Amino acid sequence: MRYLDAFRDGAVAGRLVAQIREAAAGYQGTMTFMEVCGTHTMAIYQHGIRALLPEQIRLISGPGCPVCVTPVGYVDHAIALARLPEVIIATFGDMVRVPGSSSSLQQEKARGADVRIVYSPLDAVALAQKHPEKKIVFLGVGFETTAPTIAASVLTARQKRLANYFVLSANKTIPVPMAALASDPDLQVSGYLCPAHVSAIIGPRAYAPLVEQQKVPCVITGFEPLDMLQGVLMLARQLSAGTPRVETQYSRIVREDGNPRARTILSQVFAPCDTAWRGIGVIPESGLCFREEFALFDAARQIPVQVEEPMEHTGCLCGEILKGKVTPKQCPLFRTLCTPEDPVGACMVSSEGTCAAEYKYGT
Amino acid sequence: MCLGIPMQVQTIDGDLAVCEIDGVKREASLMLLSEAVEIGDFVLIHAGFAISRLDEQDAEETLALFRQILAEGGGVE
Ligand code: SF4
Repeated sequence: MRYLDAFRDGAVAGRLVAQIREAAAGYQGTMTFMEVCGTHTMAIYQHGIRALLPEQIRLISGPGCPVCVTPVGYVDHAIALARLPEVIIATFGDMVRVPGSSSSLQQEKARGADVRIVYSPLDAVALAQKHPEKKIVFLGVGFETTAPTIAASVLTARQKRLANYFVLSANKTIPVPMAALASDPDLQVSGYLCPAHVSAIIGPRAYAPLVEQQKVPCVITGFEPLDMLQGVLMLARQLSAGTPRVETQYSRIVREDGNPRARTILSQVFAPCDTAWRGIGVIPESGLCFREEFALFDAARQIPVQVEEPMEHTGCLCGEILKGKVTPKQCPLFRTLCTPEDPVGACMVSSEGTCAAEYKYGT
Repeated sequence: MCLGIPMQVQTIDGDLAVCEIDGVKREASLMLLSEAVEIGDFVLIHAGFAISRLDEQDAEETLALFRQILAEGGGVE
């Protein structure tokens, strides 16, 4: 990408940091900014953004990793489906190693289950076309960036009249938990670095209720080092001025109205429903479930299967990490019993989990 | 998971585009895109779909702002 270097210029970074210091100087107390996007989490660690910022500014990671927030019961459900001889599981790579209550998809695969890693949900539709004798179950895990691609795959399957393509949906929407965490008195979130590519779909207006009700500044921010520093600067200035609003730093990708076509396709197939988030619990209307007219594609309804009692791993603090309440280093298992090669919790498995980021880039 | 890669559109055939970055070519569906794209445009690809067009003018404006910050020096707005 030809712009990349320009967004990583060290001299500009130094200037932005100086401006951040200045913006924060007049403010009483700590500024706590939460990012709710796994790609931000990785980028903050990778570029050492925390170390650049004045002590007064604290960056914390929230529930921005879709794989991490998916409760163990979903993994168990996917495993139960994988054990059926007629089922092929198709999934993005990150889900394969997430520990369920007593197994993982990777272990099931080693025992002979047919689990395929795909790059796009359309690859899963192609599998359904190629294997009419099998039931293809795509693991629908993701936020508003990914959910429209899954909805589009369902429409494609319907258009191709495929009766053997299913989705096990655990798709989620991000503004609702952001509101829940903003009102948590333990956290004292003073601003949000809003997710970049989720916002490309939902648009800045999706955060307006959050700003109105919770009075937290929201800045939609890109992933390059200068993007993130500028995002922090915009948040610090809003906070100092006492004028919370939604701003878009990442305007080269995010339009004022987001992506209406993607939203239309999304809401054609899915409707909001209550769903459980690891560490946070059930949040009303924060999930995406199949609409009645697409029930034929719903793996949960069409392929009945016995799922074991869910059991979270004792000692894993992933749930607290997803709320920004603890950091990986505060987990006694971090680096000792829990490593990317042998993960205990989802936050260590996913390439964008906070524990994986700390393991890879932390000091 | 929400990773998006900017790629350049090379060919368009209905709802399907071939996109390229650093010599890597990939097919991407244009089904989810609200904006019209032309050959040569950069689009953000996520999970096999173009989800947004990169606004080059906007990218230039952000970079111009950075250059201005640098030229001004200090931390003054
Ligand atoms: S280090 Fe491992 S065990 Fe500890 S919270 Fe993270 S994922 Fe869980």
